[in-house]
Amino acid sequence: MTASSTIARVVFWLAVCAVAAFLLLPTVVIIPISFTTAANTLFPPVGFSFKWYRTVIEDPAWQTATITSLKVALLTMACSVTLGTAAALALFRSQFIGKTAVRALILSPLVTPLIVLAIGVFMVFSRWGLAGTLVGLVIADTVLALPFVVVSVTATLYTVNPNLELASLGLGAGPWRTFRRVTLPLILPGVVAGAIFAFITSWDEVVMAIFLTTASLRTIPVLVWSQVRAEISPAVAAVGSILFVISALGMAAVRLILRDEQR
Amino acid sequence: MKLAVPSGATKDVALELKGICKSFGSAVALQDVSFQLERSEFLTMLGPSGSGKTTTLRVIAGFITPDRGAVRLHGRDVLGTPPYRRNIGMVFQDYALFPHMTVAGNVDFPLEARGVRGKKRRKMVSDILEIVGLESLGDRLPRQLSGGQQQRVALARALVFNPEIVLLDEPLGALDTKLRGAMQLEILRVVKRLGATVISVTHDQEEALVMSDRVAIFSQGSLVQMGSPRQLYETPQTEFVADFIGESNILRGRFSSVGGGREIHSTCWRAEAPPSLAEHHGFSEGAVVAFAIRPENIAIHRVSESDATVSELNRPNRCTAVVRDNIYLGVEFRLVVVLSDGQPVQIRSRNLKDMDGFTPGTKIELSWSPGDSVVLRG
Repeated sequence: MTASSTIARVVFWLAVCAVAAFLLLPTVVIIPISFTTAANTLFPPVGFSFKWYRTVIEDPAWQTATITSLKVALLTMACSVTLGTAAALALFRSQFIGKTAVRALILSPLVTPLIVLAIGVFMVFSRWGLAGTLVGLVIADTVLALPFVVVSVTATLYTVNPNLELASLGLGAGPWRTFRRVTLPLILPGVVAGAIFAFITSWDEVVMAIFLTTASLRTIPVLVWSQVRAEISPAVAAVGSILFVISALGMAAVRLILRDEQR
Repeated sequence: MKLAVPSGATKDVALELKGICKSFGSAVALQDVSFQLERSEFLTMLGPSGSGKTTTLRVIAGFITPDRGAVRLHGRDVLGTPPYRRNIGMVFQDYALFPHMTVAGNVDFPLEARGVRGKKRRKMVSDILEIVGLESLGDRLPRQLSGGQQQRVALARALVFNPEIVLLDEPLGALDTKLRGAMQLEILRVVKRLGATVISVTHDQEEALVMSDRVAIFSQGSLVQMGSPRQLYETPQTEFVADFIGESNILRGRFSSVGGGREIHSTCWRAEAPPSLAEHHGFSEGAVVAFAIRPENIAIHRVSESDATVSELNRPNRCTAVVRDNIYLGVEFRLVVVLSDGQPVQIRSRNLKDMDGFTPGTKIELSWSPGDSVVLRG
């Protein structure tokens, strides 16, 4: 190896590390802070303890918020997976007028400024009495999560041989049995990946939730937001760490599932 | 065979297509396709790609709805019946085995869909796996099998539920040449044993000749001619069929019945009209007639310089030519000769000891028997 190519390598890896640090550090820094024994969130942390985690787990406000968050995220996941898989199949398999427009509409939450969407949803839902309700929050989060399901299911549909569905129909299985026994098992990796994306989308979502939640219906990110505004306690860092780890595990699971699929 | 038609019974029509037409946009895919298929018959639809054979197969399977026409299975109109209620087995070119199910699971699938239960179902699966020779591989996944084995699974899956008809879409297209020959006989053995009625699609004429009771030749969306392999080879009705099945020399001349004889003339030969001409009406004096002669049915004669007189031309079914190419092919040799009007003619001969006498440039004489020439339509 020549000297110049060695230098090029070193520069390249330094650049990679710098970018990774820039992206990761602001998030990861909360993890050491969450183990501090001090009552402030200054870095570096002092000592090591789980006391802020204990505070969070024992606090009824966090308990309620966790249950609310789980409910919303799981319901959002169920709704967006069902609707998203059906939409992906329809967009992929059938030809109809306005198909491109429908696809663009479904994917539009990815590019619409979230605050604009949230204000719009809030104004409409207030009138319909859905603002501040669990159902309203699930509907809004489903709109946000739907594009992720559609995209990941569509990606796996490309890998399925279209003759398999014809073969199934020809062998006597009706459309529903064909979906259940042939199509669904083959696109399952995409469906599961989409489900995890949908869960994380709802689990981490704060803008929409700030508009649509009330004091009695609060998700974890909303509670974090309101606490941070009052005082910055290491308890928030502990919650942040928990949220981060759950999301990271979800993304890792998606990677694993899709890697297995490619083999 | 257990499903053979009892003697004296009227013919048992398993499938009837009547006037099937189909267009995709402005492209005409099928034009008035009609034929009948008897029970336990093996029909091959043969034609170049885009000739409409696969579209016909998909119309029968129910994957494509024709614009016009009727499809009847054992006399029952099935056009309004979705594919999953037609009771037709199909083998796809790429086999379309379900990759997430085992061999036995794939074969079991049509039985599951039909609600067959318990012991009977397991026996049907193991019986058909035994017939195709895969009884020990039931637990494997399709991707763990060779191409030939996958092809057998696809066949077993299409046959296990005793379908009224089995459709094979280029069943051997994905296999290499050597395996293809073995699988041709293997498929024949299995379908004949079960007495299945089969329609196969191929563009390989040898496969069609080997496997089929009858062959249907397709060209440009139309069914051109249908008959046994021998009928098609010996009495092609059109230039397309004469050329598509085997090789043919097509000669054109003008009809003449002057002096009582029925003859066809060109500038360099004079042919007695073949017996089959009687079937083709409407040839008036001077009309252009085309007929086909197979390369193996033309005899070649050496001529010495002195023999090649003008008077030779007056003998019927004979003409002079000049050798252009002389090719050795092992069991036979092939000559390409050129007639005096410039038309090339192919000749095959097994008389290899004569071969050296026909070097390129040699002047020779051809002759044929009128019975070996077939008058073509249109």
